[in-house]
Amino acid sequence: MSTLANSKMSVQLQSKESTANEQMETSNSNVETSGIVYDTKDLNLWYSETHALKDINLSIHEKEVTAIIGPSGCGKSTYIKTLNRMVELVPGVQTTGTISYKNKNILDKSFKVEDLRTQVGMVFQKPNPFPKSIYENIVYGPKIHGIRNKKVLDEIVETSLRGAYIWDEVKDRLNENAYGLSGGQQQRLCIARALAVQPDVILMDEPTSALDPKSTLKIEELVQELKKDYSIIIVTHNMQQAARISDRTAFFLNGEVVEYDETDTIFTNPSDSRTEDYISGRFG
Amino acid sequence: MIKQMDASQLRSRMNRRVRANTVWKTIFLLATLFGLFVLAILIIRVVSQGASWIDMDFLTGRLSTDAERAGIMGALLGTVWVMFVVIPVTLIIGVGTAIYLELYAKKGKFQSFIETNISNLAGVPSIVYGLLGLTVFVRLADLGNVVLAGGLTLALLVLPILIVSAQEAIRAVPAHLSEASYGMGATKWQTIRRVVLPAALPSILTGSILALSRAIGETAPLTVLGIPALLIPFPEGLFDTFTALPMQIYYWTLDSSLVAEYANLAAATIIVLLVLLFVLNSVAIFIRNKFQQRY
Repeated sequence: MSTLANSKMSVQLQSKESTANEQMETSNSNVETSGIVYDTKDLNLWYSETHALKDINLSIHEKEVTAIIGPSGCGKSTYIKTLNRMVELVPGVQTTGTISYKNKNILDKSFKVEDLRTQVGMVFQKPNPFPKSIYENIVYGPKIHGIRNKKVLDEIVETSLRGAYIWDEVKDRLNENAYGLSGGQQQRLCIARALAVQPDVILMDEPTSALDPKSTLKIEELVQELKKDYSIIIVTHNMQQAARISDRTAFFLNGEVVEYDETDTIFTNPSDSRTEDYISGRFG
Repeated sequence: MIKQMDASQLRSRMNRRVRANTVWKTIFLLATLFGLFVLAILIIRVVSQGASWIDMDFLTGRLSTDAERAGIMGALLGTVWVMFVVIPVTLIIGVGTAIYLELYAKKGKFQSFIETNISNLAGVPSIVYGLLGLTVFVRLADLGNVVLAGGLTLALLVLPILIVSAQEAIRAVPAHLSEASYGMGATKWQTIRRVVLPAALPSILTGSILALSRAIGETAPLTVLGIPALLIPFPEGLFDTFTALPMQIYYWTLDSSLVAEYANLAAATIIVLLVLLFVLNSVAIFIRNKFQQRY
């Protein structure tokens, strides 16, 4: 494990000079969080005429929770959807720059989106289970990747549901329709569904904005557990949530990254006055 | 209390507003009753004229110039055979077109040009389709006025209706469902097959059954094709000549000036056709209620 992390790090150090200092620093204090999973360089994105993302440079660390905050329309959702290229579902999107994922540019057309989205799971704003049974929801991903063996599928269902801390609530009704679950349960089911494809990264686009406080808390606890095994990038409107659950926070404004730092620093000692204004509630 | 609003004035206006409400309600009710009234007269007249003529011999008998012995088995079989052509052709081409236009085609001028034209085709008079069928299938392809030619002509006629309704069904599938599928690395085709089509299927089936009942009732294109209602053998395949229920009604009505009983036979056939359409529509409603999913 440690040799794998080291070899990954050395590759990163060679190719990414700008992040070298940061890496050295973190590797001194915390060996586990040394790798970079996504490295965004000079990313620009347009929706037809609208310039939605401007010169984004951002390195996202492995097995950490990275929060993306900012007011509505700042480009935070667009950015997270670029990380698995879901943004391409919108007609007329154009990008320049690169996003390296494990040292390969995912914006390159030769990078298969299907491959990318298998490695990078996504959880959406509104819980969106399929109108099928709980079991069928979980096995959807494995099935599209060609897994047919019933025993294997059964195991995946249990592991994924346990991973999303919902197994005990649904184990006796796996064949019931997922729409019978509460909103919070549906969202954890969607997380379990994303886990079933065995991704390395989980993107969460305001996953708790449609949920009540109690369900929100459960998701937040779940995120803390998941970061042991997955790199998590979460877009949130809720600054307290970012402060509670993330290791690093990026503040987006008008399509630009105003500030990106460790969450403690962002919330206690931001270097940009606009960040301070936003987190203290003066706008947004 | 606001000075500008005088209480007594308010009260008289109030009466006027409430009265206007009642008047409009009555107008809309009368509009509805008008349709129902016409339908009731139609059904009462047809049933009183034809019901007594319907029996097993009528349903299973051969056509005859003798009104007492005439049956409509030939026309029933002809209608069924034509449906064997219409159903697969419209479903495959119609749903395929709808999938392409909604899910694959790039949104743009060309795509909206095609869509506008398909909607326009749905409004083209059916006799024009008859002429098209006569030119292309009967003459050019030299099929003659057989089941296949009639079926293809009726398929062309209802195709635009089916495409538009299938497009609407596909559009009604919430985007967040297909996003979930794409998000797990599914291809477009996998997403269509496993998420979009199952969700859209009840509406697509409802639309196709309604389109089908339109095809069953069409007469004009068949008269143009020269479909007879003569003493012909029962159709046994796609390349046999045939007649259909609406043709039977048409000819019996035409000849009722010669033999008065033919009018009763026409009425009896109308009842059979109406029952057939009623059953088809019930199936459509049943499918919609049974399989409709909430999202």
